[in-house]
Amino acid sequence: MLLALTATALVVVALLWEVAAPRIAELWARHRAGRQVTAAPDYDPGRERRAEARARHLLRSCVNEEEWAMYRDLGFIRVWGMQTERPGGHDAAAGTPYAYLVYPHKPILAYLPQTGRLLNEYCVAFPDETRPYGSARLPDSDDALAKWMALTGDERRLIETANLHLPGRQLDPRQVKRDLWRLRQWERARARSIAGAERAPGGRVPAS
Amino acid sequence: MKPGHGEVLLAEGDVEVREDEEMLVAEFRRQLDAGMWAAVPLDGGGRRTAQLARSFSDVPRDAERVIFFPRAAGGR
Repeated sequence: MLLALTATALVVVALLWEVAAPRIAELWARHRAGRQVTAAPDYDPGRERRAEARARHLLRSCVNEEEWAMYRDLGFIRVWGMQTERPGGHDAAAGTPYAYLVYPHKPILAYLPQTGRLLNEYCVAFPDETRPYGSARLPDSDDALAKWMALTGDERRLIETANLHLPGRQLDPRQVKRDLWRLRQWERARARSIAGAERAPGGRVPAS
Repeated sequence: MKPGHGEVLLAEGDVEVREDEEMLVAEFRRQLDAGMWAAVPLDGGGRRTAQLARSFSDVPRDAERVIFFPRAAGGR
């Protein structure tokens, strides 16, 4: 009986040691290093929402009215390409107008508006290098604005920085085709709305 | 722009005031040294663009603001 209890006690002690040993070792190391336990900041569920609200406000103040309305209604911004030779274009379609779809936290997609042909995906990120505090990603609207500023400010530099992939690697081509269709519908509706407002007495264009 | 926080005001001042300009230049350099890109939103009538500034002298004197954002890198 005594032997059985002793064996059981030894097993219990061994199991407890397995569980407690890492914690004890950490506390000992912390004690030797003179570090104190600091309470982790409470999780603030509103922080990211406030950050996104500020980011949307900043985006709206930078892009034009049409681009803001596009982002608000469709979730992406179309940016026209400004290079005389479109990126990656060495075929017969070179020289035709091209554009980019800028999604937050997704690759930038180059395409030909006339035909809807998808050209390339440009994978680009804006990692925070101010370590040790950098890790969280930019709010969605800040990411879209960063891409917009980099594209309109120095398109070639951004494109050369990005990782180039064929369409379909991350963005589903069917979804992109749907987005392009939505964009066309949206532009038609917007054009009708503006034309109707201009014809109306007073000719005032409704604010977007 | 700061990840996890959104827009943060870093410094403000009048470039026509010498002390303010020195403070703005110092902050500009500090941000670029930290690996940020600087952009000035431009309003060209209907079309809006941004101008990337690699030094403080690239910033138009009448610019209302300079926006710093993390440097672009190739993503996955």
